[in-house]
Amino acid sequence: MQEKEVKFLEDAFKKYYFDHFDLIHVPERTSEREFGFQKFNSGMMRHISLKDNKELHLLLMQNIPSDVYCSNAYYSFPNLSMNEKDWKEADLIFDIDAKDLQLDCRLSHSITKCNECNQVSNSNHQCLHCNSKKIEIKSLPCKNCIEGSKKEVFKLLNILIEDLGVEKNNIKIYFSGNEGFHVYVYNSQFLTLGSRERSELVDYIMFRGAIPETFGMKKLKPQRSLFPDLEERGWRGRFSKEIFGSKSKRSKIISELISGGYSKFHKNLENISTIIGAQIDPNVTMDIHRIFRLPGSLNSKSGLTKIFCKDLKSFDPYSESSFLNENTVEIQASCPIEFKLKNKKFGPFNNEIVTIPTYGAVYMICKNLATIA
Amino acid sequence: MITLGKDEIAKYPFLADAGQYLKDKGFSLDQFGIDPDLKISLEKALSRVQVSADGKIYKSDLIDGEASKDYVLEREVFSFLLAIVLLKLTGMNTLIKRFALAEARRAEKYLEKDLANITDESKKELAIRIIDDLFSIQIKKQDDYFIIPISNYLKHSVNFHEREWKLINRRVGNGFVFLTPHETVRLIRKELSSYISSKIINAKTPSMISGFEEPVKQLISLSKKFVTYSVTTGEYPPCIKHAIEVLEKGENLPHSGRFMLATFLLSRNQSVEQIAPLFKNAPDYNERVTLYQLNHLAGASGSGTQYSCPSCEKLKTQNLCFAIPECDNIFNPLQFGKKRK
Ligand code: SF4
Ligand SMILES: [Zn+2]
Ligand SMILES: [Zn+2]
Repeated sequence: MQEKEVKFLEDAFKKYYFDHFDLIHVPERTSEREFGFQKFNSGMMRHISLKDNKELHLLLMQNIPSDVYCSNAYYSFPNLSMNEKDWKEADLIFDIDAKDLQLDCRLSHSITKCNECNQVSNSNHQCLHCNSKKIEIKSLPCKNCIEGSKKEVFKLLNILIEDLGVEKNNIKIYFSGNEGFHVYVYNSQFLTLGSRERSELVDYIMFRGAIPETFGMKKLKPQRSLFPDLEERGWRGRFSKEIFGSKSKRSKIISELISGGYSKFHKNLENISTIIGAQIDPNVTMDIHRIFRLPGSLNSKSGLTKIFCKDLKSFDPYSESSFLNENTVEIQASCPIEFKLKNKKFGPFNNEIVTIPTYGAVYMICKNLATIA
Repeated sequence: MITLGKDEIAKYPFLADAGQYLKDKGFSLDQFGIDPDLKISLEKALSRVQVSADGKIYKSDLIDGEASKDYVLEREVFSFLLAIVLLKLTGMNTLIKRFALAEARRAEKYLEKDLANITDESKKELAIRIIDDLFSIQIKKQDDYFIIPISNYLKHSVNFHEREWKLINRRVGNGFVFLTPHETVRLIRKELSSYISSKIINAKTPSMISGFEEPVKQLISLSKKFVTYSVTTGEYPPCIKHAIEVLEKGENLPHSGRFMLATFLLSRNQSVEQIAPLFKNAPDYNERVTLYQLNHLAGASGSGTQYSCPSCEKLKTQNLCFAIPECDNIFNPLQFGKKRK
């Protein structure tokens, strides 16, 4: 990114931080958290500790960061180096991202920017202009992706509440500011768990590592009576709903499963794991030292806010998370696919000079699809 | 600490304060070396250690955790306390480890029985208290199950390798895991034996007591036997090392794992007699059956076919593989450590 663009983005971000302090707060138990931030075109600053909102706002105004982060962990000494911090416990966090869901729509709203010739095209493998394979794939807003991610969030919520016994009001859902959601679990029995234990929770939530015996299937002499019922709680119940569908089909399907044999049953379990399991990013949940984008801060991949979702079902990120100003600006835009922000359509732009509101311009500049004219 | 009844101290003697117990009964250690009546306890203590060294569980005089006579109960506790004195005087860690393991197994049986006790509420309560006090697991009874918080469960279960202990293969609801009495107790096996062994290791060593010299001498010579079959695992692949570790800790190694280990060691020209002792700590160890099975694998009995070690691929599907970079490019654990291009 050139200086002109950095200047423009910093101005827009600064105005946001100034106008919207009400959206950005330090989390609870502030002094036990590690904070970090990044500026445009520069590296990460970590191991920062803050006392309160005032200190946070000061940091924002002084540095105008492109991204602000905060740990899910609680430390005795958050500002010391990693091995001196003295880890105490950490909130449980889940990351659900549309790009990991293998949805069919991806291709229709992805574009590539060539790192050799800087041309933008619709191809997903190589540059259509110079055939270079050094490309960056950029994805534009898509309703289907958001719906797909929401579906995974709902699966996750059901498991958290029903199986893991997490109280509803200890769960907070945020739009990530790009293409997914972050789910935070506060004050749970899982706070003190280490990485290995969290990885077991991940397998549980994603429905990984299930064995046929758990669902009544045995290698030798399987018994019909051991198979699960639709009303059962937990995975046995969810399995039944997925595999049997209804009570009336249960008996017939059990016969088929038994005659199909053990290994086929096992394969089946693996195959349905992405259907009934919640597709979370396992590494994020297992990492107990990570810093996460601070709720209310801007995402430099889009200029959108990481925002709290009051009502997930009706939540529309591309109108509810765009808070940058409406002042118009002239840019050179190269974006072959149309997109929508704050209910306004943009593009397609075929390497042309256009005058558009700041929030739209920031979006494209952040994605490296436009420059200041 | 928990206050224990007479029969409870006999079942869970490691919970007692040894010195206090003797004092309460009006005895001193010295008397056990001289007094002919008390010497029975010393003999029992010796055999308690010897039996445990053999990988077996000491058969007590209690029947279902009860005894008709008070002195039987007392002797039961004395033999445990004296066994610790003998172990301290002998000073051999292998014996302590084995003793702790066997005693843990013994206590496990009582814990399981007490948990499952439906006629005597107080027995169940005590077992629950012990597990909470020692291992901070809060158990509650719900219908036919014992339920414990998921986070408690995970802290213990992550050390198990068998897939049935994965959370996904457990009954889970409302933040709790549902377990049978057997599973509940199984969950703390390792901790129970390390609790007992740390209690022994931290106990202070008395100076030699007259009358104790003979049993101590016997135990020292017994402990020498173990060195002969301790396997060096340096050049073994991770899967084999892991299997040996599981067995040494007295945990259950699935049949597939035993098969892998036995066939591997046989191919490395170890004899059936050398290999058999490895299985001694297994919860279901039976010397005769083990020898028979090993001979069968070695091709010495029956069919005459010698079985070979399964491939890495096969072992991966059985969750027995713990590959490390040195495992690259090999297809069978037997190739491990032999240079290949
Ligand atoms: S790769 Fe082969 S040798 Fe290595 S641990 Fe796995 S099974 Fe053993
Ligand atoms: Zn190109
Ligand atoms: Zn999409």
